[in-house]
Amino acid sequence: MMSYIIRRILYAIPILIGVNILTFLLFFYVNTPDDIAKAQLGEKRVSQEAIEQWKQSKGYDKPILWNAEATGIQKLGDTIFFDKSIRMIFFDFGSSDSGRDINYDISQRMWPSLAIAIPTLLIGLTVNITIALMIVFFRGTAIDTWAVVFCVFLLSISSLFYIIGGQFFFSKMLHLVPISGYDTGASAIKFLILPIIIGVIGGIGGGVRWYRTLFIEEIEKDYVRTARAKGLKEITVLFRHILNNAMIPILTGVVVILPLLFMGSLLMESFFSIPGLGSYTIDGIQRQDFAIVRSMVYLGSVLYIIGLILTDISYTIVDPRVRLN
Amino acid sequence: MEVLTTVQKIMLLFVVLILSGTIFITHSPLTYASWNNPYNAEPEEDNILYVAFSSRPKHLDPVRSYSEDEYQYLGQIYEPPLQYHYLQRPYTLEPQTLTKMPEIVYLDKSGTPLVEPINHDQIAYTEYHFELQKGILYQPHPALAKDQQGNYYYHSLTKDESKPFKSLEHFPHTGTRELLAQDYVNQIKRIANPALHSPIRGLMQEYIVGLKELAQTLDERTKSSGKINDLRNFLVEGVKSTGDYQFSIRLNGKYPQFLYWLAMPFFAPIPWEADVFYNQPGFDKNNISLHWYPIGTGAYMLTENNPNLRMVLEKNPNFRTQRYPSTGEPGDKEKGLLRDAEKTIPFIDKVVFTLEKESIPYWNKFLQGYFDSSGISSDSFDNAISFGSAGEINLTNDMKSRGIQLNTVVGTSTFYLGFNMHDATIGGPSERARLLRQAISIAVDYDEYISIFTNGRGISGQGPIPPGIFGYKNGEAGINPYVYEWDNGKAKRKSIKYAKQLLEQAGYKNGIDNQTSKPLSLFYESIDIGPDGKARLNWLRKQFEKIDIQLIIRSTDYNRFQEKLLTGAAQLFNFGWNADYPDPENFLFLFYGPQGKIKYSGENAANYDNPEYNHLFDQMKSMSNSPARQKIIDQMVEILRHDAPWVFGFHPKTFSLQHSWYKNIKPFIMTNTGTIKYKRIDKKQRYEKRQQWNQPIVWPVVLILLCIIALVIPAIIAYRHRERSRLL
Repeated sequence: MMSYIIRRILYAIPILIGVNILTFLLFFYVNTPDDIAKAQLGEKRVSQEAIEQWKQSKGYDKPILWNAEATGIQKLGDTIFFDKSIRMIFFDFGSSDSGRDINYDISQRMWPSLAIAIPTLLIGLTVNITIALMIVFFRGTAIDTWAVVFCVFLLSISSLFYIIGGQFFFSKMLHLVPISGYDTGASAIKFLILPIIIGVIGGIGGGVRWYRTLFIEEIEKDYVRTARAKGLKEITVLFRHILNNAMIPILTGVVVILPLLFMGSLLMESFFSIPGLGSYTIDGIQRQDFAIVRSMVYLGSVLYIIGLILTDISYTIVDPRVRLN
Repeated sequence: MEVLTTVQKIMLLFVVLILSGTIFITHSPLTYASWNNPYNAEPEEDNILYVAFSSRPKHLDPVRSYSEDEYQYLGQIYEPPLQYHYLQRPYTLEPQTLTKMPEIVYLDKSGTPLVEPINHDQIAYTEYHFELQKGILYQPHPALAKDQQGNYYYHSLTKDESKPFKSLEHFPHTGTRELLAQDYVNQIKRIANPALHSPIRGLMQEYIVGLKELAQTLDERTKSSGKINDLRNFLVEGVKSTGDYQFSIRLNGKYPQFLYWLAMPFFAPIPWEADVFYNQPGFDKNNISLHWYPIGTGAYMLTENNPNLRMVLEKNPNFRTQRYPSTGEPGDKEKGLLRDAEKTIPFIDKVVFTLEKESIPYWNKFLQGYFDSSGISSDSFDNAISFGSAGEINLTNDMKSRGIQLNTVVGTSTFYLGFNMHDATIGGPSERARLLRQAISIAVDYDEYISIFTNGRGISGQGPIPPGIFGYKNGEAGINPYVYEWDNGKAKRKSIKYAKQLLEQAGYKNGIDNQTSKPLSLFYESIDIGPDGKARLNWLRKQFEKIDIQLIIRSTDYNRFQEKLLTGAAQLFNFGWNADYPDPENFLFLFYGPQGKIKYSGENAANYDNPEYNHLFDQMKSMSNSPARQKIIDQMVEILRHDAPWVFGFHPKTFSLQHSWYKNIKPFIMTNTGTIKYKRIDKKQRYEKRQQWNQPIVWPVVLILLCIIALVIPAIIAYRHRERSRLL
């Protein structure tokens, strides 16, 4: 397994370089270094001299990918791409174009994102699987039909509606929880209740339908019939046998998103004023802060690859027949 | 009697628990607390102002900062030599850290002071002399902390030593010292430092004697040996401290607007210790820099800097005794604005700025009493404002019942539709192009725009100068006679028929170019996006259709838009200007030839260049407000109205709401002056209102839970039934 993991990590290197180059090209296609400088210096009374000075101080006065005027290895080395990428490979993201240390900001902002994402995932998973198993139990009946219809209905509602509706009902009308905000430590709990509830409810439609499909596939298999023939209770059949055997696709969906959880949710964080990482990338794009954008894209790519590797590993744990070679 | 099954017993227990829980909650002391309070503590004693911010500050170094988002903090922390009087209108400068207003001396070429009567042509330099108040202290700060031997605690830390300090709170020692004239001199030198990217470096180099030379020296030294932090060994010829409390600034020529700059954070004092302290190794890794941790002498100091969540200002314990103003404009006394006259300020102990990006939660928190003031977004406009039969603006009954107050003020800003004066069709001094621009000025009905898109929050522009600025004229004398006529005591836009006549005179009868026999099409550069943007563009297209001109919208992003303005590729565009200071020069320079965008990368986006106008501008800019200045301004405005390089759009009006417990509120648009120190909170009233408005309502949640149980019970019964039938 170790050789497989090493091989996957080695495969990841060209992918990450490719993602990095693509980010550079796309970003600089839309924004020139002059645009970045103007975004940082403000709109009023900005002289070309000030723009040049800013570019020089931030290293944006060099060619982007290829320095035709340099010699030898410097053709590649004396470029914005090389300057900005080499430290990033080792997760030293440096400072943003506005001057804040990116590593510091990430370390501060990841916790609020995780504080919402982990409980939402765990509670959501439990609720969705339980409901899906119950629906499967009533498969072919009116309960099954109406449950699926209801799931489609929930699925069709925009997540923005859940957020605004939740804020309106629980916070504005009933005054039960704060509408928005965040705090550290135990004080954060009252701010997390509503986003988590909304996150769970908002995920029921899609989640339940997906798990129902997985369980329906399993329920007609021989081992289920055998379990029933042994006289096991239906609840035992559902939760012990069917659930265990449907774990591989569930894991595929869940493990791959685990590392990405800390990247946060843009909408949720924005509407609840939660200072997580979800809005960090968008803020960076809006402010044309290239340092933030490339760092977050790189981090997202790394985490996605980690997620895929973890998924592969988890297969071997759930299904002993799977071997990583 | 049938015995209950286990499941039924559990369900019954569950229902009983929910009901008893409801009774407990609704009758317990918990009910009297506000569950939805987003703040940690809410004792009656909290003398805290709660406000929101929607955009995080980028830089809090006063030499760099140039935006309202940042001035709302900097204005409270830093003290430039001058400030605006809180109550007087028009806005009047007054000393802030000075004993009196600066003494102004005019000098000839040899540096000899000129005596009255002064011939303005002889003025080669202007010298401003400042005298500081004694005993002004900086806020407690580790940069100023000294040990018993008088050595600074934290001025020579190594990278390892600086590691444990994650924020300023982690420094066990703080210190203070008196504000000195050298601190102002230091800040002026900082303007020239290329590493600090001050936006006014270019402008001030033209005026402050010796600043250009210092900038060149610092540029060279920075290139050769890296960033320079300590500027004590560098000199600016025209800026001198002549003692601990006196300093002077010498300017090239005469520049009366310089006084306004002296009220902006660019000229706030920075002690050299701050530069040395913040530029130590390792601090940047924890964002410990002057960008994030200011050091000022103002009424407040920043004690929590988390731009992703909240910014907290607390009363500066070293702040000197300062009094609430005892004079204002007529009517202030009746409004209760002089009730606190001569009382010691600041009144508020702490200010909590909370990040609130979305308008809906922001508005709801304001209504719940968790923000003390709020703007009015278009989403909530109808909830807050109603219009009377004569079009007068009122608060809705809901707002009135909450005791909310409305304040409106026309801002020192303007929005306009600009013509590129270098364009072959629409630009230039020809009569044909001028008449075309005049016709468009009549057709584009900004009164309608204000009504549709800004909920009436604005007044249509009769020229570039907004109300409240010297040079603005009200009533019939102030209308643009090329676009409006005075009718029944009101300005009435000229008819479309008249606009079409102008168009015909220009050679575009029925929108057909008589030179090419082709329909006239104009190109508009748009950066408007989203559904609102689409509506605005459709409206604009229709305005041009009224005079048979086809408007072609070219959507672009902001970067390309700016590039098009710089290269002259834009034909028609919308733009705005927010004044730095309340002087007509700050609006009229937007048409000054040497400010042209294409040639000089200046702020004259229309690239208007009229020698007569330029000459008048040169005269006007160095004059003090007087009838003679007004006369020149009138001439300049007349030239602009005649030539029409802009369609004078509108001056936006700001509506703001405050709760009844928030006192001493007077609309104040010069954001660079800190005004929180004058404001007061009636904390008892706020506490009571919050309690009244935020009683938790639990029964709907109980009802929902009971409904869920009601759904689950039949499911369980069905499950058991199925299980039983399967066994049979």
